Amino acid sequence: MRIPLSWIREYTQFPADGTAEDLMADLVRVGLEEEEVHTGELSGPIVVGEVLEKHPEPQSNGKTINWCRVRVVPEGQSQTLTGEGIDPSGVQGVVCGAHNFEVGDKVVVTLPGAVLPGDFRIAARKTYGHVSAGMIASVKELGIGEDHAGILVLSTLGLDPEPGADALDLLGLSDSAAEINVTPDRGYAFSIRGVAREYSHATGTAFTDPAELVTLPARARAGHPVVLKDEAPIYDTPGCDSFVARTVTGVDAAAPTPPWMAARLRLAGLRPISIAVDISNYVMWELGQPLHFYDAEKLTGAIEVRRAAPGETLTTLDDKQRTLNTEDLVIADGSGAIGLAGVMGGASTEVTAQTSTVLIESAHFDPITVSRTRRRHKLPSEAAKRNERGVDPLLPAVAAQRAVDLLIQLAGGAETGEVTQVGNPLTPAPISLDPTLPERIVGVPFGVQQVTETLTDVGCSIEAQETGMLRATPPSWRPDLTIPESLVEEIARLVGYDTIPSRLPVAPAGRGLTEAQQRRRTVFTGLAAAGYTEVLTYPFYSEEANQLFGRADETDVLPMVRLANPIASQFPTLRTTLLPGILDALRRNVSRGFNDVALFEAGSVFLPDEGLGSREIPGLGFYPGDEVVAQLQAGIPHQPHHLAVAVAGREPGEIIGQPGRARDWADAVEAARKVARLLGVEIEIVQGTHQAFHPGRTAHLLLKGEPIGHAGELHPKIVEEQDLPARTSVMELNVGTLIDAAVGQTIAQPLSTFPPTTQDVALVVEQPVTAGELRQTLMEGAGELLEHVQLFDIYSGEGIEEGKKSMAFALRFRAADRTLTAEEASAARTGAVDLASDRHGAQQRG
Amino acid sequence: MADEHAPVPHPLDETAVEQCVNQAIAAFDEAETIEELKAARLAHTGDKSPIVLANRQIKDLDKNQKKEAGKLLGTARGRIQKALGLRTEVLEAEHAAKMLVEEAVDITAAPPRRPLGSRHPITRLQEKVVDVFTAMGWEVAEGPELESEWFNFDALNFAPDHPAREMQDTFFVEPAEAHLVLRTHTSPVQIRALLDRTLPVYVLAPGKVFRTDELDATHLPAFHQFEGLAVDRGLTMADLKGTLEHFARQMFGPEAAIRLRPSYFPFTEPSAEMDVWHPGAKGGPQWIEWGGCGMINPNVLAAAGIKDPEYTGFAFGMGVERTLMFRNDVPDMRDMIEGDVRFSAQFGMEV
Repeated sequence: MRIPLSWIREYTQFPADGTAEDLMADLVRVGLEEEEVHTGELSGPIVVGEVLEKHPEPQSNGKTINWCRVRVVPEGQSQTLTGEGIDPSGVQGVVCGAHNFEVGDKVVVTLPGAVLPGDFRIAARKTYGHVSAGMIASVKELGIGEDHAGILVLSTLGLDPEPGADALDLLGLSDSAAEINVTPDRGYAFSIRGVAREYSHATGTAFTDPAELVTLPARARAGHPVVLKDEAPIYDTPGCDSFVARTVTGVDAAAPTPPWMAARLRLAGLRPISIAVDISNYVMWELGQPLHFYDAEKLTGAIEVRRAAPGETLTTLDDKQRTLNTEDLVIADGSGAIGLAGVMGGASTEVTAQTSTVLIESAHFDPITVSRTRRRHKLPSEAAKRNERGVDPLLPAVAAQRAVDLLIQLAGGAETGEVTQVGNPLTPAPISLDPTLPERIVGVPFGVQQVTETLTDVGCSIEAQETGMLRATPPSWRPDLTIPESLVEEIARLVGYDTIPSRLPVAPAGRGLTEAQQRRRTVFTGLAAAGYTEVLTYPFYSEEANQLFGRADETDVLPMVRLANPIASQFPTLRTTLLPGILDALRRNVSRGFNDVALFEAGSVFLPDEGLGSREIPGLGFYPGDEVVAQLQAGIPHQPHHLAVAVAGREPGEIIGQPGRARDWADAVEAARKVARLLGVEIEIVQGTHQAFHPGRTAHLLLKGEPIGHAGELHPKIVEEQDLPARTSVMELNVGTLIDAAVGQTIAQPLSTFPPTTQDVALVVEQPVTAGELRQTLMEGAGELLEHVQLFDIYSGEGIEEGKKSMAFALRFRAADRTLTAEEASAARTGAVDLASDRHGAQQRG
Repeated sequence: MADEHAPVPHPLDETAVEQCVNQAIAAFDEAETIEELKAARLAHTGDKSPIVLANRQIKDLDKNQKKEAGKLLGTARGRIQKALGLRTEVLEAEHAAKMLVEEAVDITAAPPRRPLGSRHPITRLQEKVVDVFTAMGWEVAEGPELESEWFNFDALNFAPDHPAREMQDTFFVEPAEAHLVLRTHTSPVQIRALLDRTLPVYVLAPGKVFRTDELDATHLPAFHQFEGLAVDRGLTMADLKGTLEHFARQMFGPEAAIRLRPSYFPFTEPSAEMDVWHPGAKGGPQWIEWGGCGMINPNVLAAAGIKDPEYTGFAFGMGVERTLMFRNDVPDMRDMIEGDVRFSAQFGMEV
């Protein structure tokens, strides 16, 4: 909301030399947040001039220029301004390219020293054989119109000022505006009236209510017939509870808008259009009441305010034909709908330059009805903005009268002496306030007197009741005051939030972070300490990315959450896997010259199943019951917490002159092991497949036999298609499940101080037997004495039968209570070998 | 250098033995390296050395002479061994010192070994915030990112047709009838915490939130917030202010302060915008808009089934990205979401 300073001065004590910044500083204290300052872009000597001479001079380039002499001081006086290029005689020689003015016209002259929009500095300069000392200004140069060639002839605005007068003041161009942000509860502040009242609250200075300056006719005949006929109110609130219609005849719709009004509207951010439109906007800005003007001669019979009929259509002022919804409230006449109530008027009854009889609609509409219609038809308008936020229901008659007055004053209209006023305005209901509540909520000891006085200032009428309670009836312009706490806020903000003391409350002893929250940190810190960089990426994916990385096999069904309004249409689904995001980050690093990358990301993925969401949701202000809440919970998709790792390039070189090890599938597997180790959980790594992974380099990660993720090298085809570094390897697992499995404490085992015995074993097995399986078998077969087993060689080739391989393990044995003999260790080793032989057909390598 | 053909002295020839000893000592002293000393040792104490060969002749002497010769040669061999020992010590010390000189490296050329990675400053900052509150006895509450509209809006007193609901720039999920949204704030965790816990409740809820904002230097469509919620007997705005002040001082130093300005949120009444006085701000100490807060609207407490009017509460919420921006001078929010390792590396393990 923009507030031209000259306008708010009319109704407040805002000082004549106060700036927009000053105004904003005052308003922010009562909750109207500062946004921006808007000022005119004109400065310096810009004055009224009278054209004394005008000599057309054809030029060799085909143009004709006018050499003019313009008097810029009152007749018979000399120039009081000084400066380079300013003629002491008071008559300036000016070259002008435009022709739409005559000798004797009053125009605006920008004298040397003036500055126009775009930092265009005026100076005396030689041109077309003359010294041109200034410019005769066009409407465009003055920022009050589009016509660049059109010199502003002041008589067209109905002005006949004295030469030498300050043209900026004359045209309202020296004013500036403060723009403030109005929160959606305070519709009344979308008006000069509302902001002026707030200014008086903020500063404790006097306020004149512009509504009270309007004189309503004592009694009048009913005018144009209006019927309120809402047969389908929303939430039992009638769509229109007050409708005032006024008719003004003999309007000159082509009359110019006076400069002061046009200037204020422009500063307010509204483009002046025509006297009728400008008056309706002006009244709306001043009082907060949206108006609509109809060309009365285009109306057919009585006006009816009703819900739209099924299939009914309307062409709105923006020339779009709209099919209406039966929930839309319309203004209709004998011809059908002629306007969307409170949102936008219709084209068929529009006021034009030919209009002479204007019917003014000034009505109060149900905010919800207006809001739904505005959203349904995507029709944001200044009228809808106010109507949705709640307009003072007692304003229609006042605003209509103000518009009548202005039409008479500025457009030559005449009153008919008729007033149509129908409906029963719904004003705010009284609130019962415990006078101790403000102190209990705010922590400042307000007394009953301060409570009463402050609320009275706001406009409430207060009645003290025998029970000690206060009965507060909010003013008509504050439909947002509905509960005692809303009155508490009024008291707190008017007295000032800066008076609230500071006290640190003592919470009961807490339990600190949960086990799971602590372990999550351990994982993140551990991975970072192990060389991975944590990243955060977007959860919005293309469907294809989810399909490729989010399921192991293309025949698997992958339900996805789809956004109705994605930020980019190519990314409409929510992530089911972290891989596309982390690979995107990896690719970005490579493109920026970092080829050796190790990343991790943790975050939620979205895995919906059937029964997405809830059809019905409960309303406001009550607990819907355990069952309903459980149903709401059940409709929320599963969102497990995943963790992903992606690596590419090389490890840093550990020895000068030697490159580091190339990262590969084993890094991905090791990352999974690290996470498990950080959590103290055992996971199993088995050979597996995944469509996005290298078919021979993929591990499935199992927790107690259940899959929790996968790790390995990406499929070379995908690496190529997605422009990733060769051998890019990744890991993803459900870290939430892993953490849940980890919760619990470690039970320490006694440490044996007896010496270990180490024995090696080399076993020849069929190629498909994995190291993981064989290792598991050796551990089982060797029994309790086996302390550690480590694979140290895999060999196939000469000396090993085709299709087989040899795997060598170092076995370390130790007993808790004695030094092992060689025989005992050998017996355990034999147990391991025997089981490997039974289970895998393993043979000891000779 | 020992003469390889040195004559073997007669075991009773004192002069010759003395000469032998002197030759040995001289040879040891002449040895400059451990290898040379080894050669000298073999020459003068080895099986073929004159003194050992002389010693071997003792057995051929008379009994009387044996004793005398044994004493003479024993003393001589002792002197030789002692000299050898001394010289060995000297040369070994010299050798050790030389080795140390030879092993010297350019210590600044140490290559990286298993370098650290780094935490993301956003998640790390969240942890820091959490730590401030857990130290006061608060707990950490969580909720889903994809939420029911009831938790995100209705339970928080956002009426279905109120402009405030629309101003949340919500991501809606298909189909609309499912009433699911990406949560627009961490505030639904207020309701969850109140439903899950017994009063009094003091919780902090950090997490990811979503708005349909186009990406630019100060807006991300997915970002992070933290939400504070306290419901207890007799809590007032003074408690809210005190909590925020304590928090601000932990984050921005002891000079930090809090300023409240009247505002509007459907779930608080009274509501306030909060500014923090940031003494270390780039460009000098100043007030910076930090977030929103207020006393919990009774409709919100009612939605969570709390009817006892003795209980009041406050809530506040701030953006993590925004906090990081002005706390750590990050000029562009996009750096936080692009995953460039250099961004996190600046912070390392801390923030």
